[in-house]
Amino acid sequence: MKFNVNTISQDALPWIIEYDSSKCMLCGKCCAVCSFQAIKVDVQKRKKIQAISNENGFSIDSDQKAIPVIKQVIDEKHFCRGCGMCTKVCPNGAIKARRNKTEIFGTRYRAKTAQSVKRGGRNNLHCEKRTLDKIKVGRISQMTDPSLDALRHTFDIRTNLGRILSPDKLNFSVCENELKINGNMPVNTSIYPVIISDMSIGALSPRMWEAIAIAVAYLNEVKGIPIRMCTGEGGIPDRLLKSRYLKYMILQIASGHFGWNRIVNALEYMKEDPAGILIKIGQGAKPGDGGLLMAQKNVRLIQEIRGVPHADLLSPPNHQGLYSIEESVQKMFLSMNCAFKFRVPVAIKVAASSTSVSVYNNLLRDPYNIVGGFFIDGMEGATGAAHEISLNHTGHPIVSKLRDCYLSAVKQGRQGQIPIFAGGGIGMNGNLAADTFKMLCLGANGVIIGKLILQIAGCVGNDYGKCNACNTGCCPVGITTQNPKLTQRLDIDTVAQNIANYIIASDIELKKLLAPVGNSSLPIGRSDALISVDKNVADRLNIQYAC
Amino acid sequence: MCRIGAIKSQHYIHLSATLKLMRSQQKGYDNSGFAIVAQDLGGIFEKYKNFPILSLAGNNKAVEITEKYTQSLGFSKVFQYKMEVNNNEKLNIEPLENYIFIAYEYPKNYENSTKEQKENLLLDTRLKLRELLSENDDGYVYSFYENVISLKEIGSPVDIGKYFNLFGDKVDIKAKILTVQCRQNTNYDIVRYAAHPFFLSGYTTLTNGENTFYEKNKLALKPLYKGYIGFESDSQCFLYTLHYAHKILKWPIEYYKHILTPLSWDEMQAREDKEVLTRIRMSMANFEINGPNATIGVLPDGTMINVMDSKKLRPVVVAKDKDIAIITSEITGVNELLPNRDINKDIYTNERETIVIDNNLNIKRIKQ
Repeated sequence: MKFNVNTISQDALPWIIEYDSSKCMLCGKCCAVCSFQAIKVDVQKRKKIQAISNENGFSIDSDQKAIPVIKQVIDEKHFCRGCGMCTKVCPNGAIKARRNKTEIFGTRYRAKTAQSVKRGGRNNLHCEKRTLDKIKVGRISQMTDPSLDALRHTFDIRTNLGRILSPDKLNFSVCENELKINGNMPVNTSIYPVIISDMSIGALSPRMWEAIAIAVAYLNEVKGIPIRMCTGEGGIPDRLLKSRYLKYMILQIASGHFGWNRIVNALEYMKEDPAGILIKIGQGAKPGDGGLLMAQKNVRLIQEIRGVPHADLLSPPNHQGLYSIEESVQKMFLSMNCAFKFRVPVAIKVAASSTSVSVYNNLLRDPYNIVGGFFIDGMEGATGAAHEISLNHTGHPIVSKLRDCYLSAVKQGRQGQIPIFAGGGIGMNGNLAADTFKMLCLGANGVIIGKLILQIAGCVGNDYGKCNACNTGCCPVGITTQNPKLTQRLDIDTVAQNIANYIIASDIELKKLLAPVGNSSLPIGRSDALISVDKNVADRLNIQYAC
Repeated sequence: MCRIGAIKSQHYIHLSATLKLMRSQQKGYDNSGFAIVAQDLGGIFEKYKNFPILSLAGNNKAVEITEKYTQSLGFSKVFQYKMEVNNNEKLNIEPLENYIFIAYEYPKNYENSTKEQKENLLLDTRLKLRELLSENDDGYVYSFYENVISLKEIGSPVDIGKYFNLFGDKVDIKAKILTVQCRQNTNYDIVRYAAHPFFLSGYTTLTNGENTFYEKNKLALKPLYKGYIGFESDSQCFLYTLHYAHKILKWPIEYYKHILTPLSWDEMQAREDKEVLTRIRMSMANFEINGPNATIGVLPDGTMINVMDSKKLRPVVVAKDKDIAIITSEITGVNELLPNRDINKDIYTNERETIVIDNNLNIKRIKQ
C-alpha cells in the first residue's frame, strides 16, 4: 500500500474532532456553524460481513452501504481552532474538539507554507501562576483604623488623565485669602481608573465596537461611572465623531495614521472634545511590531472609515520621522495638543520593555508639560493579529515594569505627574477589581483592559490555544470578523449589557477591597497595603513578604 | 489611642495645666508616653523671648556635643535651665540624664540677617545636632526656635509629671500656648522622636489616629524640604504638609483641609472654585490623608487650628471661656480646666470644617 507520509495528518492538528456517528442525527448544524470550515459532510463506506448458520452449515452475508458522516478537514488553512461552536449547536452531543497536546502543528505549518504562524489572542506560554496572583491585600484595617463599610460608605473612585504639575508649579495667586488661577495650565481630567483599551473598528466587528461604545455611554450617563474607551487605530464612524458621545472616547493615532483624515476633517464639526488622544508607539502583545489588519477583514466599511484600499494593512513598527523622545514630544505631542487647542490630554502608549523607565523619565522631564499619560502594555496583553513568534517570545511582564517606572518617578519627586496606565493581562484570571487594586497600590493611576472585554462579549479564546483566530476574519462569535453572517451572531444589546454589568460588578468588588484597607479614595502608590507570599516577588516589587 | 490637647490662653499658664487636661482622659491612652510643646513662653523664659531655645534631652556626652557644636557656629549661651527631677519615687519612666533648655544669642554674623535666614540657621543646626546625637544614641533635640520649648519622655504621663515636678509651682515655666499628647505612637517603634506634638520652624501639630496614606505622604514629602525628616510617626506627615502648604506654597490656611481631605469629584463640580480645587486635588494627591484622624495645629503667629479626617472621625472638642480656648480629645479634659464655661458653645468639629482660633480667642468655623 502506498500513501504519502508527508502530508499533514489529523494527529498533527492542534485540535482533533471527536465525532460519534451513532449519536449524530445528520442535522448539519455543526458544519453550518463552523466558521473555519474545519469540518465537512462526507460519506463513509461501511461494510458489514455476517456469518449466518443454515441447513448447509453457514453462509456469508455481506451488507455494504454508504453513510453520511462529519469529517475533520485536514489542511493548513482549515484546521480546527477548538472554538467549540459545533458542540454548542449539536443537539445530541455527537461532536467535540479535543486539544492535541503535541505541538507539531506549527512546525508542519511553517514547513508547508513558508509563512510565519499568525494568530490573535494572548501568548500561549501561560504556564505559571501570575505575579498578581502571588500578591494579596494584606494590610487590613483592624482596631487602630476601622475598616469602612463597602455597601454604605461613599467612595470616590476617580483617577486622572493629563499632565499634573507639582504643587509649586501651579499657576496660582492669592487674592483676598483665596487662590485664583493666573493663566494656562496643562489640561487634566477626572476619569474611572479603568480604560477599555485600543481595539479598532476593523480588528473588531462594527457590532462589537458599537456594543462597547453603548456600554461606555450607559456606564457614564446612567451609572455615573466615568469609564473611557480608546478607539484603537483606524478612526471612528463619522456620526460618532460629531456626536456628544465623543467625550467618552480616547482617539488613537498609531504609526499607520489610519482614520486620521476623517478625524481631522471632522474637527470643526465636533460638538465635544474627545476624552484624550493616545499616541501608540507599541503594544505589549507584539512589541516592536506594527498593527496588522488582514485583507479579509478590510471590508468596504473599514476601507471607508480608514480611507484605504482593499489590502492587508500593515502599520509600520514605528512612527516614521520620529527618531527620539524629544523629537516625538515636540512634533507629535505638540501638534496633537495644538489640534485640540490644548483642551485634550495627549498620552503615549508603549510596549513594556527594559527601556520603559528611561522613556518615562525622559517624558517626566519634558519641560513643556504636554505629555498627559503613560500607557505601558505588558506581554500578557492580547492582539487581534500578530506573528506567533512575537506573541510568544517578545515582550516584558507588566508588574515589575510598572513598579520600576513608579519608583523611578518617586526618586525624582515626580510621582503622579504623568499618570501611568498599565495593561497586559489585567483581568486575565477573571477578576478585574483585584488586579486593578493591586496595580494601583503598586503605583498605577489606572489600568487598561482589552481581551477581558472580548471574553465578556463571548470570545471563546483562551491562553491554552483555544481559538485565537482573530486574524482570520472567521471569528465564530462575531467579535473579530467583518463577515456579515458571523457578525450577526453577536447580539449588540446583550453584549453591551454584559460589559456594563461586568464593570458595575467590578466597581462593587473594588469597593470591597477599598473598604477593608480603610480607604475611600484610590490607594495609588500605597504599596504598604500589599504583601506577597513569594519572596522573590516581594523583594523585586519592594513590598512586604509574608508566609 | 492617643489623647491630644491644646490650650491657648490670654495669660501665661503653668505647664501643669497640660497634666490637668490629660489626666481625666487617662482611659483613652496606654501610659506609654507624654510630650509637651510650649510656645509664647512666660515664667523663667519670659525674658528670653527673642532668643532661640534649644530643647535637649540626653546623656552628658550629648550636652558636651551640643555645646561644642553650637559654639563652633558662633552661638553664645545666654540662659540655661535644667529640669530638676524627682528620683525619690519609683516611677514608670525611662529617664535620660539631662533635660535642658538653652537660650542662645544668634552668632554675630547673623545680626543683620532676615528672619528667614535665622530660621534656616536654627533648622540646619537642629538637624545637624540630631545627626550628631543619633550616632551613638546620646540624645535628642526636639526643637530649636524662639519662644518654644519641648519636653518628651517615654512612660506614664502622671509619673513623668511627678518626675519633672510639674505638679505644683516648683517649676516656673509658663506659656500662652501649650500642646500636649499622651501615649507614644505605638504603631511603630516606641521612640522619643515619634512623640507628637511635632514642631518645625514655628509650626506645631499633634494628631490622633492613623494616617493610612502614610507611605504616599512620606514619599511625596521627603524630597520637598530638608526639614521633612524622621517619619518615625505617620502623624509627622500632617506637620510637614501644613508647613509645605502654608509656609512654602504660602496658601491660606483654609486650603490645608482641601489638601488633606479633598471634596469628592462630584462635590467639586458644583463649586465656583472647582478649577482651583481640582488642580489642588490632582497636584496634591500624594498629600491626601485617608483617616482616621483629628489634627490640631499651631501656626507661627499663634493661630490654633483643628481639622478632621472626612470619614472616620476621631474624638475632638473645642471649647473656651473668656481667657482660655481648648482643643482636646475628650470633654472630660475641658471640664477639668473650664468647668464654668457655657457648654452650649462647645464645638464638635465636623468632617468638613476647619476650626481657627485667633490670638483674641475668636473661633472661626470655616466650611470646606
